Amino acid sequence: MTVTIDRATGKRRGDRTPQPGLGRRLKDGYQKYWYAYAMIAPVAVVIGVLVLYPLGYGLYLTLTDANSLNTARTIGVNEIEATYKFIGLDNYADILWGPTAYDRFWSHFIWTIVWTAVCVGLHFFIGLGLALLLNQNLRGRTFYRLLLVLPWAVPTFVTVFGWRFMLADAGIVNSALDWLHLPTPAWLEDTFWQRFSAVMVNTWCGVPFMMVSLLGGLQSIDNSLYEAAEMDGASAWQRFRFVTLPGLRSVSSTVVLLGIIWTFNQFAVIFLLFGNSAPEAQILVTWAYHLGFGQQPRDFAQSAAYGMLLLAILIVFTSFYRRWLNRNEQQLAI
Amino acid sequence: MSTTAVPTTAPAGPVAEPAAKPPRIRRRGERSRAASLASHGVLTVASLVALFPVAWLVYLSLGPDKDDYLHPGRIWSKMTLDNYAFVLQHTNFFDWLKSSLIVSLGTTVIGVMVAATTGYAVSRMRFPGYRKLMWVLLVTQMFPIAVLIVPMYQILSDLQLVDSYLGLVLVYCSTAVPYCAWLLKGYFDTIPFEIDEAGRVDGLSPFGTFFRLILPLARPGLAVAGFYSFITAFGEVAFASTFMLSDTKYTFAVGLQSFISEHDAQRHLMAATAVLVAIPVSAFFYLVQKNLVAGLTAGGTKG
Repeated sequence: MTVTIDRATGKRRGDRTPQPGLGRRLKDGYQKYWYAYAMIAPVAVVIGVLVLYPLGYGLYLTLTDANSLNTARTIGVNEIEATYKFIGLDNYADILWGPTAYDRFWSHFIWTIVWTAVCVGLHFFIGLGLALLLNQNLRGRTFYRLLLVLPWAVPTFVTVFGWRFMLADAGIVNSALDWLHLPTPAWLEDTFWQRFSAVMVNTWCGVPFMMVSLLGGLQSIDNSLYEAAEMDGASAWQRFRFVTLPGLRSVSSTVVLLGIIWTFNQFAVIFLLFGNSAPEAQILVTWAYHLGFGQQPRDFAQSAAYGMLLLAILIVFTSFYRRWLNRNEQQLAI
Repeated sequence: MSTTAVPTTAPAGPVAEPAAKPPRIRRRGERSRAASLASHGVLTVASLVALFPVAWLVYLSLGPDKDDYLHPGRIWSKMTLDNYAFVLQHTNFFDWLKSSLIVSLGTTVIGVMVAATTGYAVSRMRFPGYRKLMWVLLVTQMFPIAVLIVPMYQILSDLQLVDSYLGLVLVYCSTAVPYCAWLLKGYFDTIPFEIDEAGRVDGLSPFGTFFRLILPLARPGLAVAGFYSFITAFGEVAFASTFMLSDTKYTFAVGLQSFISEHDAQRHLMAATAVLVAIPVSAFFYLVQKNLVAGLTAGGTKG
């Protein structure tokens, strides 16, 4: 990581300085930093109560066989005690290599990876292309920009229903294809086409964010760099390759990371497009939801275990991604 | 789709190649007519693609019959606003509006208020545990809903908070608070540190500096964090669908789904409701959109 300068004291951090003993450090720390801790206290409390406690409780649930038949519940006036029991890591073992683990976990896992890669790739390249087009001195580019942002401006739960009307069996998309004498796939019924339409709808929803962020990045590139490149006789492609792309590096690494996290966790598109009807097209998040809330009896323990696995995948991925970015940064510095 | 008006024939080697120059290099800002036309063409097509699904929804909402979406041609001759009148008068539209606003505004207010001091602390101060806190803030933002939804459901059932506004607001705060703190840190980073120093020299405590000097300056940042929390809470589907059980407490995201049940699909009413929801939200979005993007990416890049 880079050396950051502590803005409060002007000290450089990241340099190695000899450390005093632990007790001394705690005492000094309290006197020196109590106001910092007072300021972060509200968030620390909120995170502790609303995130860490449920997380811990969820972790405990994954080690039990809790479902909607054996957890504590109230039916009418009768309170029924929880009767689920501790079963250790069986849930994880069952998910990862139990019988039919492929159908239940690995097929969704593979599809989730494909889904994330394809969606983020499409988001990024379409977004970049449109941003480059909008970054020119074109007539009416504000107008284009306003229209192109529309899919982001309208809430997803609204637009997905619009797509459902369009992709329905005799909806406008198939009518148009039929009119052109092209095959009319069953968008919302056939597994392949379900996946295809999910990717299509999500791409449609996600491009504007990428486009607007990358456009911001393009506009923040210093014009004198382009002038210098031009003086050196760089062609348009070379200016793109050696000025624009490096200039977009920090913005694009951020938006790609955000895009990957959001797409991996994308719930609304698939849930609203198919509801409970398409087991094959569910990514891990919606599948976990299906296990926990979309079926009877509700399998809380397995659902929570899927959640933990998802979180683990994301954390591992993000730390590798950041490490990889930092490594590249050092290479650039040399 | 990623058409760029960039010729890709030139060698992609290092820039310094003095010999064998192409005769003329097109300068920036200079485009041939064809490139201009191509840009306009691509942008027009893309705009149409962006516009069409929304426009189609608006068009369908004008058809009076629930199966009109299958025969769009017929709508043209019998266009009517009856669906809107029906939705406003005979459905729970205003109940849903009330719940959506209570939940989203509640989340926004709590999120911003709780996160403000933390955003300032992590922007200005380095303290033991700083890195861990930043890590927690970052990781919390990428929680898939599947991680918290089951334990939250259990905990809220124990506390009798399922199907209550407070419960949903608390659930949303679990993502809104860390996110606001992260966004606000990005904004506080852009306020010059000299202002803090001036305040400290004049004898203000760190808290005084924050509340009297920095907070008033940070209003745009607070607004962005607020907008973002609002829009996220307004559009959230999973928790709202699971935790809100009585149909007068549905938020719009749940209410819209309730038009299509196993027995009946009132698609015309659904389309009308969708349009009624979309208009104010998108108008609001367009107003704040510029600030939103700057805030989102600034928070990330400076991590």
